[in-house]
Amino acid sequence: MSDARQDPIADNEVLVELKSIGKTYKKGKEVVPVLANLNLTIKRGDFLALMGPSGSGKTTLLNLLGGLDSPTSGELIINGEYLDKFSGSQLTEWRARNVGFIFQFYNLMPVLTAEKNVELPLLLTNLTSKERKLHVAAALELVGLADRAKHYPKELSGGQEQRVAIARALVSDPNLLLCDEPTGDLDRTTADEILALMQELNREQQKTIVMVTHDPRAADHAKKIIHLDKGTLVNDIAAGGHHKKSGTGGA
Amino acid sequence: MYYLFFIVKNLGRKKTRTILTILSILVAFLLFGLLRCLSVAFDAGAEIAGEDRLITINKVTLIQPLPYSYLSKVRALEGVENVTMANWFGGYYQEKKNEFPQFPVDGDTYFDIYKEMYTLPAEQMAAWKSDRVGVVIGRALAQKFNWKVGDRIPLVGMFAQKNGGTTWEFVIKGIYDAKEKRADTGMMFMHYDYFDKSRQFGEGTLGWLIIKVKNPAQADQVASAIDALFVNSFSETKTSSEKDFAKSFAKQFADIGLITTLILSAVFFTMLLVAGNTMAQSFRERIPEVAILKTLGFSDAMVMFLVLAEAFVVVLCGGAAGLAVAAKVIAILSDKFAANLPGLHFSMAILLDGLMAMLLLGLLTGIIPAIQGLRLSIVAALRRR
Amino acid sequence: MNFNSITQIFIITWMNLRNIPQRLGTSAVAVFGVACVVGVFTGVLSMAAGFERTMRNAGSPDTAIVLRAGATSEMSSGLDYETTQQVANLPGVAKDEVGTISSAELFVVVDIAKRATNSSANVPLRGVQPEAFKVRHTFKIIEGRNFEPGKNELIVGRGAQKQFANLDVGAKIKLGQTEWNVVGLFESGGGVAESELWCDAKILQAAYRRGNSFQTIRLQLTSPAALKELKSAIAADPKFNLDVQLESEYLAAQSEPLSKFIKIVGYPLAILMAIGAIFGAINTMYTSVSSRTREIATLRAIGFGALPVAISTLVESLVLSFLGGIIGSIVVYLVFNGYTVSTLNFASFSQVVFDFAVTPQLLIQGVIFAAVIGFIGGIFPAFRAAYLPVAAALREV
Repeated sequence: MSDARQDPIADNEVLVELKSIGKTYKKGKEVVPVLANLNLTIKRGDFLALMGPSGSGKTTLLNLLGGLDSPTSGELIINGEYLDKFSGSQLTEWRARNVGFIFQFYNLMPVLTAEKNVELPLLLTNLTSKERKLHVAAALELVGLADRAKHYPKELSGGQEQRVAIARALVSDPNLLLCDEPTGDLDRTTADEILALMQELNREQQKTIVMVTHDPRAADHAKKIIHLDKGTLVNDIAAGGHHKKSGTGGA
Repeated sequence: MYYLFFIVKNLGRKKTRTILTILSILVAFLLFGLLRCLSVAFDAGAEIAGEDRLITINKVTLIQPLPYSYLSKVRALEGVENVTMANWFGGYYQEKKNEFPQFPVDGDTYFDIYKEMYTLPAEQMAAWKSDRVGVVIGRALAQKFNWKVGDRIPLVGMFAQKNGGTTWEFVIKGIYDAKEKRADTGMMFMHYDYFDKSRQFGEGTLGWLIIKVKNPAQADQVASAIDALFVNSFSETKTSSEKDFAKSFAKQFADIGLITTLILSAVFFTMLLVAGNTMAQSFRERIPEVAILKTLGFSDAMVMFLVLAEAFVVVLCGGAAGLAVAAKVIAILSDKFAANLPGLHFSMAILLDGLMAMLLLGLLTGIIPAIQGLRLSIVAALRRR
Repeated sequence: MNFNSITQIFIITWMNLRNIPQRLGTSAVAVFGVACVVGVFTGVLSMAAGFERTMRNAGSPDTAIVLRAGATSEMSSGLDYETTQQVANLPGVAKDEVGTISSAELFVVVDIAKRATNSSANVPLRGVQPEAFKVRHTFKIIEGRNFEPGKNELIVGRGAQKQFANLDVGAKIKLGQTEWNVVGLFESGGGVAESELWCDAKILQAAYRRGNSFQTIRLQLTSPAALKELKSAIAADPKFNLDVQLESEYLAAQSEPLSKFIKIVGYPLAILMAIGAIFGAINTMYTSVSSRTREIATLRAIGFGALPVAISTLVESLVLSFLGGIIGSIVVYLVFNGYTVSTLNFASFSQVVFDFAVTPQLLIQGVIFAAVIGFIGGIFPAFRAAYLPVAAALREV
C-alpha cells in the first residue's frame, strides 16, 4: 500500500489516499501525538474495519476521513480533493456531499420523526420536496423500516434507531460511509442484523465503508481489517520505519 | 479545608456559568443595597428625630401661619423646657432650580434645642447675632455652592420685602456641622426678627413651634395641653412629636414609597430565581458524581453539606461583592447629594440585612438540590449515565 | 448555498424551539426574568408618563398665567387686587360680552386624610373667580352642581375625590374654622386641576384672612401669539413686577423635578436589572447549547453550517425574551394602566393625583428592551454553538 504514489485522479480505483498523515493535539503546554506518519489507501467499494486499543487513534483517523478534523501534517486526498487544504466551511460543505456518518449512539434528532431525520441531509441539497420524499422512502426501504417512517426515535428500538441512522447516512448517496462503533450499543442479534445490512450495502450498493470497532466479530464482517496502535498502522510498522513515528509527529 | 478545595474545584469546572451566576447575584445585591439606602434615607428624618421634641403647626396645614404670641403662651405651659420657632423662607439662589431649605429662626433657642444634632462655634454664633442680615449655613450646603464665611448671598424669596422687592441679601456668618451623622446640613438659618420686620405681609406670624419637653414620658400630655390652649381660636394647632411629624410628612410620598418597595421585591425575586435555577441545574448535571461520592461512603449529611456549602459560597461571593459596590456607589452619591438627601449612607443595619438576605438566598437555592442529593438512590443515579 | 443557509436556519431553529419543552425550567426562568425586567421598566416609566400627562393636559395653548416676578410656583406668588384688575385689561387678553376672560385665583393647602392610608396629605384648595370656568375649556361638572358665589361651598376634582377622604358630593368638611359643603364633582381633561378643591375666591380670602389679595391670574389670550403682546405690555409698565408665561409651560416646569426624579431612579434601575437579566439569559442559552451539544455536533457532521447553528441559537434567545417582553408588557398594562396614585409635588407643596399611563410607546420600548436583552444574552452562546469542536462533541455522552 505504501507504494501507491501515482496521481490519484488518474486512478479511478482509489477513493481515499492518506500520505504521511500526522495529527497532534495540544493538551495544555504539552503536544500529544495521536497519529504519526500514517499512509493508507482505500479503494472504492472497500469495507474496512479499523481496530485497535483505546487511544490508538481510530476515532481520530475516522474524524479525518469524515472532514470533522484536519491533519496536522501530510496529505489527505479523497475522491481527488485535497482535504488537508480545506477551510472549515469548505469541509462543512464537502461533508454534506461526500460522507455519511453512523454513530454508536445513533444521534437522531429526538424532535423529528424517522423520515424527517432521514430527510435532514437532503435539505442541504437542491432537491425539491417531492424528490426528497422519494429518496427518503427509498432509503428507509433499503434499511427495512418503510413502515416506521412516522415514528419518533423514542418509539423505536435501538436496532431500529440505528437503521434510521444508516438510512440518514445513505440518503444523500455519499461516496463514503463512516461508522464509529455502530453496534457498540446493541445486543448480539441486533448487532449482527445491522452488520449484515452494512455488508449488503457494500455488496449491492457498492458503498465504501470504514468502520471503527472494538469487536472482532463485528470486524469479521468487513472485507479487510486494519490495526492501529499508538498512532500508526501495525502492518505498516516494518515498512514505514518504527523510529520515525515519535520524531516526525509534527513535521 | 479539603472540602473547600473540593467545592471551589466544582465551581471552577464551568467557569462561565459560575461567573455569570455570581454576577447576577452581585447585581441583585447591588440593587438591594442601593434601594435600601435610598428608602432609609427618605425615612431618616423620622429616625433621628428627638423623643423629647414636639412640633406645633396650624391645624389647617403646615403652610398656614400661627400668631407670634403663641410662642410665649406655650413657653409658660407646665412641662415645657424650651420653645423655639421657625418660618418658611422658600427662596432660591440665582436660578429657580437652586432651591434649598432656608428658615428664619431665633438663633439662640434654635441651636439650644438642637444642640445634640448641630454644632456652631461660639464665636460664629456671636458674629451671626451681631449682624441683622447674617445667616448660618450647613456644611453640605457650603460645599454644594462653594460658599464660605463672609460671602454675600442674594436670595429670591417667596416673601416680598416692604419695598416690594423679593431679592434678599444675606451675609454668611457661620457654618454649622452635624453631630449626628444623618443630620441635615443642607439648610440656611436667618434672623427671624429681621425677616419679620422686613416682609410686606404676614408680620407677627410664625410658621411652626418646636418645643422641648422636660420629661419625654409626658410629651403626649404637653402636646394635648398646647392644642387645648388654642382650641376654638382662629388658629387652632396640631401638636405632635417631631418623629410623628417627620413620619407623616414622609407619608405624603407614601404611594411612591410603596411602589419602590414593590419594584425591589420584583427585582430581587427575579434575580433569585435566575441564580437559583442555574445552581440547581449545575447540580442536576452532577448527580452521577454525587452518586459516586455516596458509593465511596460519604454520608447523606456530608453530601447535603457539600451542596449547600457550594450554594453559600456562590451567594456570599456575589452578595458581598454587590454590597461592596453598593457601599462604594452610596459613598460617592452621598457626597454629591449631601444637601438634598442628608440621610444617604450605607449603615451597619443595611449590611446586616444584606447578610440575612444572603443566608436566606443560599438556603433557598441550595435546599432543593441538597434534598435531591440526600434522597438520591445510588443505583438509579449510576444507571443514568 | 445561499438559499440553503436560510433553509438550514429554519430547520435548526425549528428543532431548537421544539426542544424547549425538554428545557422548560431554564427557559421559563429566562422568560420570567425578562418579563420582570420589562415589567419594572415599563411600570416605572408609566408612572413618570402618567404624572407628566396629568401636569400637561391642563394647559391649553392660549391660556396664560401671571405670577409675581421670581415666584417659583403659585404658592410663592402674591398679587394685590388692583394688579389683577389692571392685568386683565391689558392687550392680548380675550374678551366676551361679560368682560375679559380672566380669573384671579388664590391657592392654599389644606390638610385632609388620604382615603387609603388615613395619613394626612396636603390638598390644594383653590379660590377662583367666575371666569375660571371659561379660561379652562375642558372644565365640566360631572356630578352635583357648581358652587354658588358667596357660600361656603366646594367643588372637588375627580382625582381628589378618589384619593382623599370625605369629599363625596353632599359631604360636609371642616377646614380650620370654616365648614364647607361639597356640592359638585368636576373633571378638567385629566389635568392637574382634578387634584384640587375649588371654591369662591372671596370666601377663601375671608376664611384665610387674605384680605383682597390673590396669587395668580389665569387669562385667555386672543390667540397663542398674543402672549408676546401681553408680555411687552407688562414689561412696559414699571408698576408691574410680574412674570407671564403660557400655562402649559408653567406646568411643564412644575412637573419637571418629580418626573426627573422618577426617571433618574427608574433608568439606572432598569439598566441594572437588565444586566442581571442578561446574565440569566446567557446562562439559559449556554445551558441550551450544552444540552444540545450532541445534536449540534451531529448536524454539523452531516454538513450543516456553523452560521445557521449560531443564528438558530440567537433566534431561540430572541424568541424567549420577546415572549418575556410581551408577557411583562401585558401584565403591566393590565395591572397598572389607569392605577391612581398621589404624591407630594414639591414645586407646589401639595398633592398631585395621577394615573399610571402605560402608553403604546412605552410598550414598544419595553419589547425593544427585551429584544436587546435577548440579543446580548444569545450572542455569546451562539458563538459557542458555532465553534463547537464537532469531533470532540460527538464523543460526549
